[in-house]
Amino acid sequence: MEQLKTIGRELAIGSHGGWGQSKEFLDLVKSIGEARSKAEEDRIILREVESLRRRIAEPDVPRRKMKDYIIRLVYAEMLGHDASFGYIHAVKMTHHDALPLKRTGYLAVTLFLSEDHDLIILIVNTIQKDLRSDNYLVVCAALAAVCKLINEETIPAVLPQVVDLLAHPKEAVRKKAVMALHRFYQRSPASVSHLVSNFRKRLCDSDPGVMGATLCPLFDLISADGNSYKDLVISFVGILKQVAERRLPKTYDYHQMAAPFIQIKLLKILALLGSGDKQASGHMYNVLGDIFRKSEQSSNIGNAVLYETICCVSSIYPNAKLLEAAAEATSKFLKSDSHNLKYMGVDALGRLIRINPDTAEEHQLAVIDCLEDPDDTLKRKTFELLYKMTKSTNVEVIVNRMIEYMINISDNHYKTEIASRCVELAEQFAPTNEWFIQTMNKVFEHAGDLVNVRVAHNLMRLIAEGFGEDDEGAESQLRSSAVDSYLRILREPKLPSLFLQVICWVLGEYGTADGKYSAAYIIGKLCDVTEALLCDDTVKAYAISAIMKICAFEIAEGRKVEMLPECQSLIDELSTSHSTDLQQRAYELQAFLCLESQAVERVMPLDASCEDIEIDKNLTFLKDFVQQSIENGARPYIPESERSGMSNVSNFKSQYQHEASSHMLRFEAYELPRPSPAHVIPQVSVPTPIADLVPVPETTYNSKTSQASKLPSVTDASSAAHGLKLHLDGVQRRWGRPTYSSSSGPSSTTSTEKTTNGVTHIDGVSSQPRDKLNESRRQQPEVSAEKQKLAASLFGGSAGKTEKKATSTQRAPKGNTRNAERPGATRSVSPETSKEKAAPSVPDLLDLGEPNPTSTTIVDPFKQLEGLVGPTPVPSPLDNSVKTSGLETPDLMAAVYTDLPPSGSSSGSLGSTIGDMYSADKTSNTATSAPSIKKGPFPQDSLRKDARARQVGVTPTGNNPNLFKDLLG
Amino acid sequence: MINFVLLISRQGKVRLTKWYSPYSQKERSKVIRELSGLILARGPKLCNFVEWRGYKVVYRRYASLYFCMCINADDNELEILEIIHHFVEILDRYFGSVCELDLIFNFHKAYYILDEILIAGELQESSKKTVARLIAAQDSLVEAAKEQASSVSNMIAQVTK
Repeated sequence: MEQLKTIGRELAIGSHGGWGQSKEFLDLVKSIGEARSKAEEDRIILREVESLRRRIAEPDVPRRKMKDYIIRLVYAEMLGHDASFGYIHAVKMTHHDALPLKRTGYLAVTLFLSEDHDLIILIVNTIQKDLRSDNYLVVCAALAAVCKLINEETIPAVLPQVVDLLAHPKEAVRKKAVMALHRFYQRSPASVSHLVSNFRKRLCDSDPGVMGATLCPLFDLISADGNSYKDLVISFVGILKQVAERRLPKTYDYHQMAAPFIQIKLLKILALLGSGDKQASGHMYNVLGDIFRKSEQSSNIGNAVLYETICCVSSIYPNAKLLEAAAEATSKFLKSDSHNLKYMGVDALGRLIRINPDTAEEHQLAVIDCLEDPDDTLKRKTFELLYKMTKSTNVEVIVNRMIEYMINISDNHYKTEIASRCVELAEQFAPTNEWFIQTMNKVFEHAGDLVNVRVAHNLMRLIAEGFGEDDEGAESQLRSSAVDSYLRILREPKLPSLFLQVICWVLGEYGTADGKYSAAYIIGKLCDVTEALLCDDTVKAYAISAIMKICAFEIAEGRKVEMLPECQSLIDELSTSHSTDLQQRAYELQAFLCLESQAVERVMPLDASCEDIEIDKNLTFLKDFVQQSIENGARPYIPESERSGMSNVSNFKSQYQHEASSHMLRFEAYELPRPSPAHVIPQVSVPTPIADLVPVPETTYNSKTSQASKLPSVTDASSAAHGLKLHLDGVQRRWGRPTYSSSSGPSSTTSTEKTTNGVTHIDGVSSQPRDKLNESRRQQPEVSAEKQKLAASLFGGSAGKTEKKATSTQRAPKGNTRNAERPGATRSVSPETSKEKAAPSVPDLLDLGEPNPTSTTIVDPFKQLEGLVGPTPVPSPLDNSVKTSGLETPDLMAAVYTDLPPSGSSSGSLGSTIGDMYSADKTSNTATSAPSIKKGPFPQDSLRKDARARQVGVTPTGNNPNLFKDLLG
Repeated sequence: MINFVLLISRQGKVRLTKWYSPYSQKERSKVIRELSGLILARGPKLCNFVEWRGYKVVYRRYASLYFCMCINADDNELEILEIIHHFVEILDRYFGSVCELDLIFNFHKAYYILDEILIAGELQESSKKTVARLIAAQDSLVEAAKEQASSVSNMIAQVTK
C-alpha cells in the first residue's frame, strides 16, 4: 500500500502534477507546508536559498530552469528572506523575447525591486522597447512594471511612450496607461501637470473600464485642486446617472448592483466637488436621491454604495431631504446585527452630526451599546464619534471613559492618539480647574511618554496663564491646586519623563508662591526627583532650573537660603556632568547664590514666564557696534543675494560633487549654478596662520585652506603644535573633503547665546507653543457651537446614563460662555433649535430642498452626455433590470420611507454575501450562494483536485482538515 | 489607496504578499507578524476591520485563508471587503473552485490575476469578464509560445522585429 502511494506520488510529480512546476519546487512547498515551526521553515528556506545561489550562477542555465529558479526566489522573498543575489537574473529575464519568460521576469522584478533600487536603470531600456511592441500583452506587462518601478528620475524616459499608449486600440492598454500616468502623478505631480487634459479626454472613453480607471487620477487631482474641475460636475453627474440606471454593460454588474465600484468612485469625486459649493451641489441632488431610492440594503456592496452616498451627502452643501434619507440609512446601519454595518453606521453618524447635531439623539442607546461592545475596532470608532460630539456638558463623561480605556490598552500608536484627544478635549471644555489638572495628571501618568511635547508645554502655559480670565484669584487657586496635586503625585515610584518635567517646572515657578510650602521642602522634593529611576538629563535640567528659581525668589524676598546637603551634592554632581548643559546650569546656580538680592530680582523676576518676550529680528541694538567697526576698517556685510557672483568656481566644484554622489541618470538639463554661501564665510574671516602657509593664489584653494586649517585649530587649541603641523594639514586639506570647520564661528556664538539665555531658557520654550494653541483655538469655532447643541440633546434627556449626566449639567461650566462667543451655526440645518441664529441660512436650505429648479438644469447636460459611455447600452438590459428589480424597488422605497426593515426572504437570496464573510463556520449558505454567483464548487473538479493533492502527498497543515476546502465554501 | 495585500493562513503562514507602498524587507516581516497576531486572534462575529498604525486593515476569511488589505483611514471599508470578494471570485473562476492549494502552487498566477485587478494600489478593472479574458489571452499566448519556441515562424518573427 505504501509503495503504491509513493508510486502514485512519483507519477504525479513526474508529469508536473498538472501544476506546471518542477519537482524541486513542489518539494520545497511541501516541506514548507509540513514545517512545524517558523524556525524550521526558516531553515528550509535558507538551505533552498543557498542552493539557488550556487546553481543560478552556473554558466548556461537553461531558460526553463532559470524561470523555475526565479519563481523559487520569489517564493523565498515572499516568506521574508533575502534573495538579492538573484535580482540581476530577474532583470536579465525581462530582456528575453519569449513572452512567458518576459512575464516571469517582470513579475519578479516588480516584486523584488523597490522604486529606488540601483538595478532599475537596467530595466528602463527594456521597458522602453516593450512599450513599443506590437503585442499588446507585452505592452501590458511593461505598463504593469512601469507602475511599480519607474521613479521620479526615470519618468521622463518613458513618459512620451505612455502618453502615446493612451490612444492604443486595445482598451486594456489604454486603461493601464491611465493608471501609469496616475502613478507618475503620485510620484511627482509636476512631471504630468501638462497632461491633465488627457485624463479629461479618457473620461469619455468608449470602454467603461478605461473610464473607471480614469476616475482614480481625477480623484487625486480634484482633491488637490477642486476648483479647476468644477466644469466636470455635470459630466460626473451624468455618468453616475447612467451607471445607476444600468446603462453599462452587464459584465460590470456585481451582485446585482450596477457597476458599484464605479459608483463609489464617482460619489467620492462628487463629495469633493460639492463641498462648500452650493451651485455644484445643486446638480447632484437629483441623482443622489435616485441612488438612495434604488439602494439595496440586503447586500454588502449595496451598503458600501449607500455609505458612500451618505458621505457624499454630508460633504456637499446640505439638502434637507437628502440628509433625512441619509439619517434614515444611518439608523438602519446602527440597528443592524452586523458589526461591520454598525461600524459604518457610527462613522456615518459622525459625519451627519457635523451638519445636524440632533441626528445623534435617537441613536444614543445604539452608540452606548457600541461603546460597550467587546469588539475593539467598534469601540475605537465610537470613541471617535464621541470625540466629535464632545462639549462642555458631557466632556467629563467622555474624557473619563477615554482615559479608562486608554489605561487598559497596550497599542502605543492608538494610546498616543487617544491621549492627545483627551488633552485636546480637556483643554477646550474643562468645566473646572481641578478637574482639568486631575485629568491631565492621569493622562500624563499613563501615557506621558507618548504624548507630544507640545502638550506638556501647553499644560505649563495654561497653569501659568490660567484660562484667560482676568481673575487673579482663580489663577492662583489653579496654581496652588496644581502644586498640591504634583507634590502628592511625586510619591509615585515611576513617572514618565515628560510629566516630571512639567512637575519640576510648576514647582519651580509656583511651589512657594502661596506660602504653603517652605522653600526647603520644595527643593528637597526636587532633589528627590533627580534621584528617581527614570530621570534623564532633561528632567535634571528642569529640576536644577526649578531649584534656581526658588532660590532666586527667596533671595529676592531678602531671606537667607540655607543649602540642603542633598541639594549641594546634586550641584556637585551636575557640575561634573558630561552634559555641558547641566554643567552650565549647575555653575549658574552656584554663581547665583553669591549675588545680591536686587541683582537677583532683576535677573529672575517672579512669574516671568507670563511676560512676552520681544524679539528684535533686525538686531537694531547692534547698529552702533557695526557702525563703529566699519569706521575702524571692517568690511561691510554683504547679503547672500549679492554675494552670488563671487564664488562661481567653488560653486562649480560643489555642484560636481553633488552630481557624483547621487549617481543616477538625469534626464533633464543641468540646473543653473547656484551660489553656496558656505564657501564664502571663511574667506571673509581668514585666520592668521594661513599667512605663513599659502603660496597658492587661486581663491578656491584659498577658501579651502582656511576651512581645513581651522579644524585642527579648534580641536587642538595649542598654537605651538599648530605651527608644526601646518604642512601636514596642507596636504590633507588639498585632497580631503571640505570640512565643517566653517561652522566654528557660529557654534561659538550659539554657546554664548546659551550662557545669556540659559536662565530664561525654559520660559522661552513655554512661550513658543502659544501661537500654535491660539491657532488651534481659532480653528475650532466651526464645530463647537454645533457640538454644544448636540450634547444637550444626546446626554440631556436619555434613559441611558442619567447619574453622570445630572452632575455634569448641574455645574455651570465656564467653557460655556467662551464657546458661546464663537461664531458658528452657519451650517446648522435643524430649524427648531437655531431659528433665530441661523435665520438667514434656513430659507436657503429650504430652497435647495426644492428639486424643481435644479432638475431642469440637469436634464440638458445629461442628454448631451448620453452617448458618453458608448453604444453598449441597449434596451434589453434595461428591461432585464426592470424585471429583476421590479419586486424590490417598491419594497425598498417603502423601506426607506416607512421605516420597515427589509424583509428576510429577500436577504436570503440576494444577501448571501454577508453570510459569506463567515463562510468558515457556515455550510448551509453554500446552496444559495452558488446559484447567485453563477459559479462555485464543481464537485468533480474538487474531487479531482483532492485526489491530486493526496497523490502528491502535500499536506501543508495536516492538523487542519478545513484546509483543502474550497475557499468559497 | 491600498497599501498592501496579504494572504495568510490560519496558522499565520504567508501565502501571498503584494506591496504597493514602499516597505523594506524588515518592515515587511514586522508588518506580517503584527497583523497576523492581530487578525488571527479576532473572533468570528466581530468587524472585518482593524485599525492599525493609523491605517485600516480590512480582512475576510475564506476557509482557512485570510485575505487582508491595508487601506488609508478615509477609504470605504465595505468597498474593500467587496474588492477582496471580487478577487476571490475571479480566482475561483480561473482555477475552478479555488482552494488554498491552488494559491500555494500557483502563486505566480495569483499574482498575474491580482495585477489585472489592482494596479498601483487602485482598482483598475471591476468587470470579471474583462479580467478573465485578459488572463486567458496571456495564458494562450504562453501556451502558443511554448509550442512555437523553436519553430520557424518564431524565428522569422524575431528577425523581422
